[in-house]
Amino acid sequence: METIRIEKKMKTNTEKQHEIVSAEFMPDENFSTKRKVMNKIETKNVHCWYGDFHVLRDVTIAIEPNTVTALIGPSGCGKSTYLRAFNRMNDLIDGFKLEGDVLIDGKNIYDKQMHVNELRKNVGMVFQKPNPFPKSIYENVAYGLRVNGINDKKVIDETVERSLKQAALWNEVKDNLHKNALGLSGGQQQRLCIARAIAIQPSVILMDEATSALDPISTGKIEDLIAELKKDYTIMIVTHNMQQAVRVSDKTAFFFLGDMVEYNNTKEIFNNPQQEHTRNYVGGRFG
Amino acid sequence: MNNEDIKTLKNNSFKVWAVFATSIGLVMLGILLVKIGMDGMHRISMQFFTSLPSRRAEEAGIFTAWVGTLWIMGTTALIAIPVGIGAGIYLEEYSKKGWWSSFLEINISNLAGVPSIIYGLLGLEVFVRLLHMGESILAGSFTLALLILPIVIVSTRESIKAVPKTLREASYALGASKWQTVWMQVLPAAAGGVMTGIILALSRAIGETAPLIVVGALTYVPFTPKSVFDSFTVLPIQIFNWVSRPQAEFLVNAAAGIIVLVAITIVMNGSAVLLRNRWQKNVKW
Repeated sequence: METIRIEKKMKTNTEKQHEIVSAEFMPDENFSTKRKVMNKIETKNVHCWYGDFHVLRDVTIAIEPNTVTALIGPSGCGKSTYLRAFNRMNDLIDGFKLEGDVLIDGKNIYDKQMHVNELRKNVGMVFQKPNPFPKSIYENVAYGLRVNGINDKKVIDETVERSLKQAALWNEVKDNLHKNALGLSGGQQQRLCIARAIAIQPSVILMDEATSALDPISTGKIEDLIAELKKDYTIMIVTHNMQQAVRVSDKTAFFFLGDMVEYNNTKEIFNNPQQEHTRNYVGGRFG
Repeated sequence: MNNEDIKTLKNNSFKVWAVFATSIGLVMLGILLVKIGMDGMHRISMQFFTSLPSRRAEEAGIFTAWVGTLWIMGTTALIAIPVGIGAGIYLEEYSKKGWWSSFLEINISNLAGVPSIIYGLLGLEVFVRLLHMGESILAGSFTLALLILPIVIVSTRESIKAVPKTLREASYALGASKWQTVWMQVLPAAAGGVMTGIILALSRAIGETAPLIVVGALTYVPFTPKSVFDSFTVLPIQIFNWVSRPQAEFLVNAAAGIIVLVAITIVMNGSAVLLRNRWQKNVKW
């Protein structure tokens, strides 16, 4: 015991000396290690079950901040389940079970100490079908603030305007903020849902086939928006539209029957897939 | 007769039967309303609403009865609405789906079919005697509240169930708690259905006589209640009282009382229908 401790101490001292040395002689390198980008999102050996059904097997992925990651794969491959693991939306389903580590900013979001409502504030989500609340446009955006205890009218006013501008919807609705959101078109509703998600300033945005219910023009607007939002947020999208994945994402993960088959730069996945399944899927031979 | 003729004949005879079946109810209701209207309409006057019961039929009125009905309905609503909505929310949003929740579900539906006199006996034993509420408005209201609770619970559950899952997901995804989601999204979206159910339940309660007689509502009350601890009478009991008198003049009073009661019920059911239609128009998913 005693000796080990001494050894440790000695080691620490030498390490310190090294550090001092390196700091003196290589300040730039030291600086860059400090600034080395930490992974925004990481999953390690994640398994998911619905009851006895093993929907995801051993998924390990690391995602850098301010990137767009596309999850692709045929229906039922587990990509939506995987996406919903990041804001623990799956918890709402009876019989759901997850094993493994899901880290956001280095913290395991399935820890006992992690408060699920806090997590969801940090990880916004946009759903497949636009689902605005049956309230005014203003109240839709304000809701996230209100449920998180912000009631100051000035703060809410500013946030509503900023969020709607960021979601490229402000000019279309600024005169009708108090009209019912259900009167908007599908594409507008979906942008409202994005505004609603970013109003509470999350750092991650999940989009579950967010454009699949929209026409091409609305889809184009949302894709432009994703490119814009990337500057401030880390974005993950699930999509069945492979051109969309190519257009908007930096990295792509291909899922097949519960396995994460391949994860790489989007260009690589589509131009030079390493796996047979990926090649067949992105080549349009099935799916 | 060829095959097609037989088909047409069958078709037509079924149509006739269906029209006949529908007419029976309507015609009966019509006859009832006309008969009562002829008997009692001329008796409806300001004096009828503002007079106390009396031994002389032409001087008697329904003042204590409708005031008592107001008290009873108000108190019943105050008890049944929060409890019924609370139970509905629990069953739909909180309880795990399993044998226990199916057991509760079946029993609640069964309770809706229990004869009202049984509720009266329960009220007499529990509220009047065990809890010492006496023969008061409070005891009567608790009894009626129990009677309509199943209706409120079932209609609350149904309308909560009709709120799409996507709305809840949207709320949860913004960091809202279950309570916030239920209170700020689910309940407002379900409000139309919930209110319709409450009105229908109350319009059932307003016509109940048997359970109130069992818990000791008086047939002759010369005063209006001042608090929920006072004794009371209600419209149906007043009507019952007049109908059982031998003098023909009191039957006129009874008919007039029935007109008032039917009018109230029609207004309540009508507003329930209006509410439901309005809600369906406003909320589209």
